[in-house]
Amino acid sequence: MDVLDIARWQFGIITVYHFLFVPLTIGLTAVIAGLETAWVRTGKEDYLRLTKFFGKLFLINFAIGVVTGIVQEFQFGMNWSDYSRFVGDVFGAPLAVEGLLAFFLESTFLGLWIFGWDKLPRGMHAGCMWLVHLGTLASSWFILAANSWMQHPVGYRYNAEAGRAELIDFWAVMFNKVQVVTFPHVIFTAYMTAGTFLLGVSAYLYMKKEHEADRPMYHRAIRIGAVITLLAGIGVAVTGDLQGKVMTEVQPMKMAAAEGLYETSDSCAPFSVLTLGTPDGKEEKFAVTVPCLLSFLGTGSFDGKVEGINPLREQYAETYGSDPSSKAFTEGDYTPVIPVTYWSFRFMMGLGFFAAAGAALILWLTRKGRTPGVRWLGVLGLSLPIATTLASSWGWIFTEMGRQPWVVFGLMTTESGVSPGVSVFEAATSLVVLTALYAVLAVIEVKLLVTYIRKGADPYEEPPRVKVGGSDDEDAPLTFAY
Amino acid sequence: MELTTVWFALIAVLWVGYFCLEGFDFGVGMLLPVLARNETERRVMINTIGPVWDGNEVWVLVAGGATFAAFPEWYATLFSGFYLPLLLILVALIVRGLAFEYRHKRGYDAWKGRWDLAIIWGSFVPALLWGVAFANIVAGVPIDADKEFTGTLFTLLNPYGLLGGLVTLSLFATHGAMFVALKTDGDIRHRARDLAVRIGAVAALLAVVFLVWTQMKTGTAVSAVVFVVAALALVGGLLAAMGGREGWAFIGTFVTIALAVVGLFVALFPDVMPSTTDPAYSLTTTNAAATAYTLKVMTWVAVVFTPIVLGYQAWTYWVFRRRIAVHHIPSAELAETPAS
Repeated sequence: MDVLDIARWQFGIITVYHFLFVPLTIGLTAVIAGLETAWVRTGKEDYLRLTKFFGKLFLINFAIGVVTGIVQEFQFGMNWSDYSRFVGDVFGAPLAVEGLLAFFLESTFLGLWIFGWDKLPRGMHAGCMWLVHLGTLASSWFILAANSWMQHPVGYRYNAEAGRAELIDFWAVMFNKVQVVTFPHVIFTAYMTAGTFLLGVSAYLYMKKEHEADRPMYHRAIRIGAVITLLAGIGVAVTGDLQGKVMTEVQPMKMAAAEGLYETSDSCAPFSVLTLGTPDGKEEKFAVTVPCLLSFLGTGSFDGKVEGINPLREQYAETYGSDPSSKAFTEGDYTPVIPVTYWSFRFMMGLGFFAAAGAALILWLTRKGRTPGVRWLGVLGLSLPIATTLASSWGWIFTEMGRQPWVVFGLMTTESGVSPGVSVFEAATSLVVLTALYAVLAVIEVKLLVTYIRKGADPYEEPPRVKVGGSDDEDAPLTFAY
Repeated sequence: MELTTVWFALIAVLWVGYFCLEGFDFGVGMLLPVLARNETERRVMINTIGPVWDGNEVWVLVAGGATFAAFPEWYATLFSGFYLPLLLILVALIVRGLAFEYRHKRGYDAWKGRWDLAIIWGSFVPALLWGVAFANIVAGVPIDADKEFTGTLFTLLNPYGLLGGLVTLSLFATHGAMFVALKTDGDIRHRARDLAVRIGAVAALLAVVFLVWTQMKTGTAVSAVVFVVAALALVGGLLAAMGGREGWAFIGTFVTIALAVVGLFVALFPDVMPSTTDPAYSLTTTNAAATAYTLKVMTWVAVVFTPIVLGYQAWTYWVFRRRIAVHHIPSAELAETPAS
């Protein structure tokens, strides 16, 4: 393995791992803020119990999301220094703004929320979690703007003398056409993940004998979670469809690779349910298809034209492959790894549909206060947040692998972005250390989650009514949300 | 003033913020086994920084992001060059951050003991390595014509660099002890104050040697003035601690750290990473910078949002202004069962 291979594996492992925690974090901040607000407004004890219970699970999850996020920012410079030099003028700005606008907001107000139960009035305390949520949204906006620029560079000019891309229009980067469909897709996915989590954990506890007394509370939580999942699921599907159309336009190769569509289809392109190609990825061997559906998904019309992998490959080679000194040149060809893009696209959609269907089923089973008479409700429930989380992972694997061999589409290949000064020893140390550490942390966090889920929500405890800074009783014990 | 100079100054401000704030929570973490005599006192110490450590850590993320945006070449050379020390810092920050969140999640001692080790080492390692890194940035490292670092890990472990590490380590420990003295009550408050004075004396000695050495290497008249004031602030802080004035004592170490960082940046300017291979290869505020347009956009964002951030961070410290004592720690928190 050379440094390039190691750096690619590290980026894949570290980023997919980080994103296992991100959607749940984004979505749960809204769910918890909503539950706490419901408690502040109605005074119903169950809402506070659910706020605190899901708050604890959220903190276990959030902690790993935060600490693994630090690595993200460092590794651009560590493993991808030529990439950083090339894109820093454009790509660095959203990262810096993300830190200033989002990270401070999230971390500061989360600290206030955790330790502020006896330091802040109730409404203000709930407001802190809303601000954390606002921080997660801002964070998503800026980092997705940066990523969207890599998919579809806009608002820049190439400075040949400096050998880098330079920003000329910040707003164009902020409102890139890829960004405006990607952001809602990711955020709806986050809400869907949180909805399935609320639903799944509550369904599991609902089925447990030892929590029988709390059944009405969990029943309500199941229904809230299911409704969130389904509403967000509609959002995911609609924005996903819009993304497909933008992708067909700006990254036709990715769309073709998602479908295993080898030859251009002038009209009525079929949607592949299953396509098997030759091992070199150049030819179709066997396919089961739905006629004309791909044309519709990609262009909005049943007889729209969808370009195929083979003609695109030739076209890219002609456009980018003539100058070996260019950062857009590659020894290989301009095709992503077809089996990866093809299957990751299908896993993403399949898992997403499974989660939505599961939520719909559970919503129906619990209709009008009904007690579902099925034993597998808890297992099905818990499988749903796992499905949505994995759907996110596959979605990112698809969108990043589908861009290959580019790191910035049309401008720079991934292989030319790697750090030239880093040794194999350094890169390998980093890969091994971080992967091993992450594996240990995964075991610890899953065990903690399981322990705390099993315990269920704590009994109701009335939080003190205080003014800002705490009560007048200076000797009262502190209250934490740990 | 040139925008590149403005951003050089802003990045200095971000590092000042980071070292002044996370500096004390590194100190609290390192001193956990020294100052706390039992589980309740450990809880007291951790709770002094509990609500704020994560917000403090964001300063380094913003410093990194701002360097990426304003000086892409600096970011690329520094992060790919100082590879292994940064990896160590990353691992330390990961285990330390998780320790603060997970330590209280289980009641049994072995669990807490392991996370305590993570807090202690996770605070010690970055407190040392940030100093090593900064000393090397100021002193210069081998950088070739392609702006690539050509040294190894051992290039960074030179006497000046290691001394820089000991300076940040001892200063942060002093700063942390001052913070514990300021934020707690009872026996631990007095022990923290005494310890701060003792570590502070060592820190003062190391810092003076280091600052004089820096001044001789790359100093200017301005950096000399800044360093002298920094040293005086430290002496003042230690005297205040001896006199039982904890607020002034903490301000003393705060100002010391802030001015030491400012002095290093003054000594560094207009380079951002001097090359020891050939001064012509040095990265400077101009040859490492982003375009004027990017800097302008970022300046607007910084001008509007930095005051807001400072406002709500300061408000947080005000909300948690009360001292914490042993009797504030709820007894249920110490139980053997999973904490509620």
